[in-house]
Amino acid sequence: MSDKAYLLTGLNGDKTWGLADYIKRGGYEALKKILREQITPDAIIAELKKSALRGRGGAGFPTGLKWSFMPRQFPGAKYVCCNSDEGEPGTFKDRDLLRFNPHIVIEGMIIAGYAMGCERGYNYIHGEIFEIYERFEAALAEAREAGLLGKNILGSNFSFELFAHHGYGAYICGEETALLESIEGKKGQPRFKPPFPASYGLYGKPTTINNTETFASVPYIILNGGEAFLNLGKPNNGGTKLFSVSGHVERPGNYEVPLGTPFPELLEMAGGVRGGRKLKAVIPGGSSAPVLPASIIMDSTLDYDCIAKAGSMLGSGAVIVMDESTCMVKALERLSFFYHEESCGQCTPCREGTGWLYRVIHRIEHGQGRQEDIDLLDSVSENIMGRTICALGDAAAMPVKSFIKHFRDEFQYHIDNKRCLVPLELQREGSKIYVG
Amino acid sequence: MLSTESFKKIDQELEKYPVDQKQSAVMAALRIAQQEKDWLSDETIEAVANYLGMPPIAVFEVASFYNMYDLQAPGRYKLTVCTNLPCALSGGAVAGKYLKQKLGIEYNQTTADGQFTLKEGECMGACGDAPVMLVNNHRMCCKMTEAQIDQLLVELGK
Ligand SMILES: Cc1cc2nc3c(=O)[nH]c(=O)nc-3n(C[C@H](O)[C@H](O)[C@H](O)COP(=O)(O)O)c2cc1C
Ligand code: SF4
Ligand code: FES
Repeated sequence: MSDKAYLLTGLNGDKTWGLADYIKRGGYEALKKILREQITPDAIIAELKKSALRGRGGAGFPTGLKWSFMPRQFPGAKYVCCNSDEGEPGTFKDRDLLRFNPHIVIEGMIIAGYAMGCERGYNYIHGEIFEIYERFEAALAEAREAGLLGKNILGSNFSFELFAHHGYGAYICGEETALLESIEGKKGQPRFKPPFPASYGLYGKPTTINNTETFASVPYIILNGGEAFLNLGKPNNGGTKLFSVSGHVERPGNYEVPLGTPFPELLEMAGGVRGGRKLKAVIPGGSSAPVLPASIIMDSTLDYDCIAKAGSMLGSGAVIVMDESTCMVKALERLSFFYHEESCGQCTPCREGTGWLYRVIHRIEHGQGRQEDIDLLDSVSENIMGRTICALGDAAAMPVKSFIKHFRDEFQYHIDNKRCLVPLELQREGSKIYVG
Repeated sequence: MLSTESFKKIDQELEKYPVDQKQSAVMAALRIAQQEKDWLSDETIEAVANYLGMPPIAVFEVASFYNMYDLQAPGRYKLTVCTNLPCALSGGAVAGKYLKQKLGIEYNQTTADGQFTLKEGECMGACGDAPVMLVNNHRMCCKMTEAQIDQLLVELGK
């Protein structure tokens, strides 16, 4: 891990997650500094803006700007919500943050409450990591016991309560308004926007939602200043970031590196391509991000701007690595199945379109593709994009468009020859997604 | 009806939400009910609805939307294996196939002795530990090689 790391540095075990250890590492010093020096909410938000911290949940929206949208003077309840509903295929960083460093998330959320005038927060945790939900509950209990949460925190006149809420198996609840519906005890179906959560959020009150890692980045900024954070990364891309590396590498796992790190360095940290095979393609930001062929990704640096320029998205920082043994049609088939499964069904283009995409890719993969299918996939994708309530529609369409753009030959080969371009022997040995 | 202990746990959940927002506790309440009863029958859903002052249909909607709730009795052990792409690249789908062979069932089926139900899951946010599977929703098993799967099945009494 990089010496500039602060999120998961040295925290590779299950033993040091507790309050005492966090305090030993300098934990809650940022909160104490704010209360001691009576740093104003405006000053905190200004520092965040300077830091160029961008949301770690997928969209990369500037956090300082988002916090400034909250009507701080609005009387009555306001909420801050943490999005730990990590279900974007390839992403497993928030789980490790909550497992190894839960208090850094709690501290970030308390500071958010202070800066935006909220007295209450919720952390929405993915149902599939129930053991981690229980750990977070235990960390909350420690924080309450120590007077870090509740009425008059550390003797100040600032009060803030924080609770954990678990999901129970629905990818769509990672979308921020679906998440709010879910906390309200309903089906997790995204809301129309506007109104945005900053004006109409949880229980109809002003609400800010950020990703787990976003909150975890806040204490560093308070303690060291926005500029120090910015300098960890590169202009417009402040800080270090957790990258979840999965797929065909020797050592899958989370790696914390400065934004702007060249991709080959990350690949090397993860032990390189499995079995010394040749890199074929990488999805750099979770399954919803467009795939990039090896030649492009090997020339890219890992930051929002460079990956966008390369034609994809940094997204959640989930780097899915595929080597030469991967059949791209098979890979896309599995992703399309997922989006069809997880569409909440509210919008016709998403509900019908995701099913259509899956069926067409399925028939190509199974040797029943028609000549017009590739163009059909393109046009169905085109007709989903921008025509839905939430971004799941786009998330389902973008992989399809990008797989076709970069690996059209493989789709065509499937249609013409009714079998994979990648020899089955190689697939069995390597990619593992072929289960024949 | 649920046990007093379950209702006590639901009361603790209710404390997390504003007093006029009892419905917010429905997800936890259903989870608690399912932990006690193994699955959510109409009667159980109604008990939760009555306790939270919700129409049973609203509770049913929630129970059917989130896929970790079981609206039918599963086997004693429900095994959910993640086969989404990132896991599949590291053997998730192969692990699923191995489980099918060992148990002699397909996905969404239960063994004749009622011991095991096998399910295919979506990303559990643990792809670095593939193959990943859940035992009865809450216990996550990581890096499940065939040897590990054999060991788990022995532990669970197969
Ligand atoms: C289908 C879908 C799934 C999402 N899943 C997540 C998720 O698991 N975690 C997350 O933080 N954001 C997720 N997002 C993004 C959130 O809507 C939201 O932008 C984010 O939580 C904002 O936090 P940030 O600004 O700190 O990134 C998802 C969005 C969509 C459309
Ligand atoms: S785009 Fe899909 S997931 Fe999003 S609201 Fe519409 S139907 Fe639901
Ligand atoms: S893809 Fe299986 S846990 Fe993420």
